[in-house]
Amino acid sequence: MTVAEMACALNLEEIAAGDTQREVTGGYAGDLLSWVMGRAQAGDAWVTIMSNANIVAVATLADTAAVILAEGVTLEPEVAELARTKGINVYSSAQDTFTLCAKIAALL
Amino acid sequence: MDEALKFHFVIDGDNFTSAGEASVEVKKKLRQLGFPPDVIRRVSIAMYEGEINMVIHARGGVADVLVYPDRIVIILEDHGPGIEDIDLAMQEGYSTAPDSVRALGFGAGMGLPNMKRYTEEMHIESTLGVGTTITMVVNVQ
Repeated sequence: MTVAEMACALNLEEIAAGDTQREVTGGYAGDLLSWVMGRAQAGDAWVTIMSNANIVAVATLADTAAVILAEGVTLEPEVAELARTKGINVYSSAQDTFTLCAKIAALL
Repeated sequence: MDEALKFHFVIDGDNFTSAGEASVEVKKKLRQLGFPPDVIRRVSIAMYEGEINMVIHARGGVADVLVYPDRIVIILEDHGPGIEDIDLAMQEGYSTAPDSVRALGFGAGMGLPNMKRYTEEMHIESTLGVGTTITMVVNVQ
């Protein structure tokens, strides 16, 4: 499943888009950035409620396929712009982390 | 063989949002140089944790990365307050970060343990009131 296919299936709102044809190979949920950076795998869809600029660096370093902001969280315009500059896929959803993860797991 | 490729970065201590730029830059350079993904991941995670620590605790510092064919050496130097008890600081979950930093998703007490986990060697030299120098080595398997 590509990032674009996942975004469509989960009805996600696009905040920033890079390579949306990238394959999603797994998922990870978490808000403690050190924890995420150490444990998330390359190609994961990362579900979080964190929205500060540091998530862009963490997504870049951990090489996640996409960031999904749960619970209706969204990005400040400058953070969204930073994500676009770095080619990071970021989406927002009104659904909670548990629901999003369950749906992603079912799609994988 | 022992001639290293050197990269030098100044870590801005006032800017929490730009923290990580040096690590992302190193990641990009190592990728261009053709290092294995696992090595790149470990170097960039260890360096990012160090960068964040310098921003949280030491008002910034400098980072030097030495790239050898068989290993990558990361040297982080700051003139912050120093680490009072290194053994305690190395424990997962122990943190002296303020609440403002925790609200950003940091300060979980995972920084130094992550740096140790992802590197083959890690040395900390710290003097209270003078600063801290951390040297890390990641071997290229």
